[in-house]
Amino acid sequence: MEKKWILEFQNISKSFVGVKALTKVSFRVEEGEVHALLGENGAGKSTLMKILSGAYTRDEGTILLDGKEIQIKNTKESERLGISIIYQELNLIPELSVAENIYLDRQPKKKGRIDWKGMNEAAQKMLESIDMMMDPKVKVSSLSVAQRQMVEIAKAVSLNARLVIMDEPTSALTEGETKKLFQVIESLKKKGITIIYISHRMDEIFKICDSYTILRDGQFISSGSLHDVTIDQIIEDMVGRPLMQVFPEKNNKIGEVILEVRDMNNGKEVKGVSFTLRKGEILGFAGLVGAGRSETLKAVFGADRRAKGEIILNGKKINIRSPKDAIRYGIGFLPEDRKKEGLVVGLSVLDNVVMAKTENAMTKGIFSAKKAKEICTRYIKDLLIKTPSEYQAAKFLSGGNQQKVVLAKWLNSEPQIIVLDEPTRGIDVNAKMEIYNIIVKLAEEGKSIILISSEMQEIIGLCDHVNVMFEGRISGELNREELSQEGIMKFATGGSLE
Amino acid sequence: MKEKGKQIKKQNWNDLAIFFILLVLIIILAIIRPVFLTPNNILNIMRQVSVVAIIGIGMSYVLISAEIDLSVGSLAALAGIAATMALKSGMGMGISMTIAVVITVFCGLLNGAIHTFVKIPSFIVTMGMLNIARGIVLVMTNSYPVTGLPDSFKMLGRGYIGFVPIPVVVMIVCYVIGYFVLKYTKFGRSIYAIGGNIEAAKLSGIPVSRNKVLIHTISGLTAGIAGVVLASRLFSGQPSAGNGLELDAIAACVIGGTSTAGGVGRLWGTLLGALIMGIITNGMNLMNISTNWQLIIQGIIIIVAVGLDRIKSSN
Repeated sequence: MEKKWILEFQNISKSFVGVKALTKVSFRVEEGEVHALLGENGAGKSTLMKILSGAYTRDEGTILLDGKEIQIKNTKESERLGISIIYQELNLIPELSVAENIYLDRQPKKKGRIDWKGMNEAAQKMLESIDMMMDPKVKVSSLSVAQRQMVEIAKAVSLNARLVIMDEPTSALTEGETKKLFQVIESLKKKGITIIYISHRMDEIFKICDSYTILRDGQFISSGSLHDVTIDQIIEDMVGRPLMQVFPEKNNKIGEVILEVRDMNNGKEVKGVSFTLRKGEILGFAGLVGAGRSETLKAVFGADRRAKGEIILNGKKINIRSPKDAIRYGIGFLPEDRKKEGLVVGLSVLDNVVMAKTENAMTKGIFSAKKAKEICTRYIKDLLIKTPSEYQAAKFLSGGNQQKVVLAKWLNSEPQIIVLDEPTRGIDVNAKMEIYNIIVKLAEEGKSIILISSEMQEIIGLCDHVNVMFEGRISGELNREELSQEGIMKFATGGSLE
Repeated sequence: MKEKGKQIKKQNWNDLAIFFILLVLIIILAIIRPVFLTPNNILNIMRQVSVVAIIGIGMSYVLISAEIDLSVGSLAALAGIAATMALKSGMGMGISMTIAVVITVFCGLLNGAIHTFVKIPSFIVTMGMLNIARGIVLVMTNSYPVTGLPDSFKMLGRGYIGFVPIPVVVMIVCYVIGYFVLKYTKFGRSIYAIGGNIEAAKLSGIPVSRNKVLIHTISGLTAGIAGVVLASRLFSGQPSAGNGLELDAIAACVIGGTSTAGGVGRLWGTLLGALIMGIITNGMNLMNISTNWQLIIQGIIIIVAVGLDRIKSSN
């Protein structure tokens, strides 16, 4: 049977201020299939999809839909062509009902007024058509993330979408919800709807997708059927080198216990967590999103007022009531969300670097621009931060360089212990490797590192010891020799090794 | 790399834009009305803007921290009334003025504390304070001005040091201190961080709550100083003094490049913003434009100035 290509990209290029996001990307998607779009963060997947949805315009290249060239100038246009995107950050209005969200801006009308009854009934039908049982009259704000996603999908179906793009749809879902999503994807497939599926989770891709395309650094790398390829091949194509080389060799010496946390609780996400950290150790915290890893370490760092628990530092019981206390005791915390919690993006690199310990840039209580510049220049050199100057606003830096600025901020606070919460999220492969090198170097210098990461490879590649969390508790511990994806996954889903 | 270099240059140009506007205004007015450029007129403008400019210091702090203070006009009136009533009751000059400023500092502290600890948006808290302070002024004075003050009280508002009006001296001193604190102290640096990203500031160990209270307190302080200067200039405690000053101060800040969204702003920008507004008012007076029309033109200028800034920065 001859293949029918629903979508074809030809030589798509796109640049942002100075950065080439896509370079002559070409590939095709067959009608009715689930096509995995793969690549590391920053590989250009989202940019490409935003071009398809009309949020960005391409610099060059052509897009063919059903073999015909299309021009997409805005999102309305792509909707009309039957293209719908389910974004990572969902695009629903929380205070409106499910039905209103599905029919936003195109509510069915009767005599010039909105036909509420008709709208609710139509929404109900849409939801049923993808096997979702949900009251269309409830507010979206009362729904779970998974349910909201279903509403988005129902909306796409109601728009007569022929091509649905899902951007990391399972990143915030539980296992049960993921199963449900897969059922819905199957039912969309039965309707003849084509799906482009963006995800990092290999197991999912092999379960639900038919074919794949891999992008790296904005370029097309490979494409094909998932039946003829192995996970290792895919990962190699994604990172651009064999797996082994990504993580540096470590020679850190693990010393005595430096930090002991006993029975940490916050009355919500954290339910009695105890662990120890040694000098020079890289201690991993693995687990699924929502397992309470960040919350646990935030509690230790004094960033959670509800937190209760014992903290023993160098054999002495200490009381940490605010991040300020934690910094004073030599603890640093690089938060998960760089833009929301890590950086003040409007301020310069320099201002960000000295933020956690401005004293270092002061002489006799007066801020010294010269001293601050010296500090900043040193970190720019040490951490290979690419910035035209110390005074560049952080928002103009790439993700990887922004993350290094946050890291510099914490190094400037002269910590003994650094908590790194998803330090490589959303940055490109090279910056990732540089950050791995920094982490290992810090450990070799005798600093203790706590690494929270959802990327299994990272945990396995870097950590000396790993605590796996599940529903607010440590469900298992693994030593370096015992580390494996399966072992971590078992604990992370609440099982045990036996 | 090259592109990024361009961005930096563009930012510098943005900084200079306000000087440029000021210069153009001065040239235009000097051509139309030569009297504009006389030293007397210029000192006169500076004296007129000093009250707004002083309040603008506290307002800049507040706006940079991504908050707002609507109570400053009323607080200025409160300070004026407190100072004049204290004087009338026979207290000394220094003590009277101190009492006035202490009262507004306390009000600012209250603003900050309620906003921070009860977690009410500063917009609401200071709007409440705007009414409360004005109400207290009206109750205390029974809506009548406080007059019959000792002549020495005139000095602050109407006197000169050499050829420079004292309010201008006060303004300059306040700006020097305000600039220093904002640029060279840990507290000052933290204001930008708090306004730019409060979560990041908290996690960086900045005592956000304490500093926010302090920022509002400073706004109360500058409102108090401005209020005393104003009362001295009016040589009476006017219950309606300072009406709408909060809006003039906000206008000076935003024309000077401070963002109401927080995290961005410069003190000298506020000073220039206040001067621009003063020059425009003065120019319109010289051209015999009625005050009614002046209001309309001022409104348009605020929107255009900030609008231009936004268009530039979004490019």
